Amino acid sequence: NDGRLVEDEFLGELFARLVRTDMGAGPAGRIRDDVATKFRGRKVEMEDILATIRDQVEAMLTQESAELSMADEGPTVILVVGVNGSGKTTSIAKLANRLTQEGNRVVLGAGDTFRAAAVEQLTIWSQRIGCEIVTGKPESDPASVAFATVQKAVDDNFDVAIVDTAGRLQTQTHLMQQLDKIRRVIGKPVPSAPHEVLLVLDATAGQNAISQARGFSEAAGCTGIVLSKLDGSAKGGVVIPIREQFELPVKFIGLGEGIDDMAAFDAPMFSQALFSDSLGKPE
Amino acid sequence: MFESLSDGLQSAFKSLRGKGKLTEANMRDGLKLVEQSMLEADVSYSVVQSFMQHVTEKATGRRVLMSLRPGEELVKIVYDELVEILGPVDSSLHLKSDGITVIMMCGLQGSGKTTTCGKLSQLLKEENIKPLLVAADLQRPAAIEQLRVIGRQLDVPVYAEDGASDPVKVCQAGVKQAQQEGARVVILDTAGRLAIDKELMDQLARIDKRVKPDQVYLVVDGMTGQDAVNSAGAFNEALELDGVVMTKLDGDARGGALLSVKHVTGVPIKFIGTGEHFDALEPFRPEGMTGRILQM
Ligand SMILES: Nc1nc2c(ncn2[C@@H]2O[C@H](COP(=O)(O)OP(=O)(O)OP(=O)(O)O)[C@@H](O)[C@H]2O)c(=O)[nH]1
Ligand SMILES: Nc1nc2c(ncn2[C@@H]2O[C@H](COP(=O)(O)OP(=O)(O)OP(=O)(O)O)[C@@H](O)[C@H]2O)c(=O)[nH]1
Ligand SMILES: [K+]
Ligand SMILES: [Mg+2]
Ligand SMILES: [Mg+2]
Repeated sequence: NDGRLVEDEFLGELFARLVRTDMGAGPAGRIRDDVATKFRGRKVEMEDILATIRDQVEAMLTQESAELSMADEGPTVILVVGVNGSGKTTSIAKLANRLTQEGNRVVLGAGDTFRAAAVEQLTIWSQRIGCEIVTGKPESDPASVAFATVQKAVDDNFDVAIVDTAGRLQTQTHLMQQLDKIRRVIGKPVPSAPHEVLLVLDATAGQNAISQARGFSEAAGCTGIVLSKLDGSAKGGVVIPIREQFELPVKFIGLGEGIDDMAAFDAPMFSQALFSDSLGKPE
Repeated sequence: MFESLSDGLQSAFKSLRGKGKLTEANMRDGLKLVEQSMLEADVSYSVVQSFMQHVTEKATGRRVLMSLRPGEELVKIVYDELVEILGPVDSSLHLKSDGITVIMMCGLQGSGKTTTCGKLSQLLKEENIKPLLVAADLQRPAAIEQLRVIGRQLDVPVYAEDGASDPVKVCQAGVKQAQQEGARVVILDTAGRLAIDKELMDQLARIDKRVKPDQVYLVVDGMTGQDAVNSAGAFNEALELDGVVMTKLDGDARGGALLSVKHVTGVPIKFIGTGEHFDALEPFRPEGMTGRILQM
């Protein structure tokens, strides 16, 4: 077998494979054109071309370290933000569980005082994990809950405080300003806080995730991404243009609804799953 | 990039002015822009392909009116075609004149099912129709409590069983409860699930088979990307959907996934969600959505 001729049909098929990952028509078109320039009229195997693209994506997404940055002294403060329903609260539970198992004392802040039963949801998780939680009254100011959480972390010598926030769309100026306020108040008890601002992106999201990354970064100064729901058939390829446009490393991926369904982002594994029909779950 | 697809097409068709006829060759650049725009709006690749083929056939040979510029003509053809595909309009809940109508909500995790249950209840209440909500999500922490809070906020009864493990039984009991309470509509709030999760999809099919909802609605997140064809296809196969609700369209998502969903399911799009509050539910309008997807 000496491969397939690189002509329009081949290039169209390649473009389709690329677009289906949600990387976007722009990046997909550039990769296709690049392949056309190099190989048009020659015979190649589609698998070889895809393997090369996988390597390039892997190199681009490989990062120095996906570790959480921890405070040198005093509690580490992590703020979690994102659009409605992306998986913030569940990701916080997974993260808190992970940190607790690593020997940290963790306190959660129920900063979503808006959505029905958001506080109860995080409370149930805190009970399952066996960590502390600070809650405010429904409809109370989320910034005051965030402040109380970080203050408690200082007073009671917690290692980590993780603050939940209500889902919001990046176009809601008023709600985005609220994030800035939360940022500022948690810097009062701990001047170096927040040490991480994690943006939770839903892997099933398409090109709007780019707007999310931009909007939340501007308003809340995101330091990393949690890519949730990667256990589905969606590939989450939109993190590729996000990586190109913003300095935002993917730190964790979500692989289910359970407390252990989170893994550190692994560029080779992610790239490997891009063009496969498998579920993308780690072996 | 161009401000809008129309501007881009205007420019792509500069050379065509006065020629008077759309051909496959002279439309190529314009159609490329349409394709690019639809992909950027998150319409699934395969759906874009079949749409482009269709539009090309439709437009080829079409005489360009002397008063219209060719770019505008193509925009009009694309626009009209999308409006037609996204239609027909049917925002009716098809309530039975006699007896209880059961509506089941389903969809991926976090798409907006529970919130939409509240919005539909509000809509019914406005028409003096009594709904009852059933907490059939026995999975997500505090899902039952979320529905109870919504019920309290709207003053709508909620049937829930703490500690239950079989959603089929909860739904059946919920319908019985509705009979006792004289509710005319029962809305089942099911747990979010992945379309590839066979066990949970089977569970949904069991609810469908045993409770026989009159209307089954798929709730789709307006920000969904390419995977929409796969997930909507799987839900439709498991359940035979009767309608679609697309949520979170109050932001800047273009919502092209709706076209994918419509393409694979063929069922009417009922409503769009435009906010977190109970009144943020609008009857679907193909014209508005087409303008949004094409960004014009
Ligand atoms: N399959 C899967 N489901 C997930 C994952 N992460 C979260 N979910 C589910 O997605 C839904 C939404 O998750 P939440 O954690 O409540 O999302 P959120 O961002 O806090 O939502 P809001 O607070 O309402 O904005 C829930 O049903 C979760 O169980 C994941 O990695 N995989
Ligand atoms: N901005 C906006 N947010 C919405 C809309 N519809 C729902 N939401 C929000 O989206 C998030 C998820 O909504 P839910 O109703 O809990 O979603 P769900 O599908 O029931 O989630 P699971 O039960 O976990 O699968 C919540 O924060 C809602 O307030 C909408 O139309 N616009
Ligand atoms: K996947
Ligand atoms: Mg939450
Ligand atoms: Mg729900």
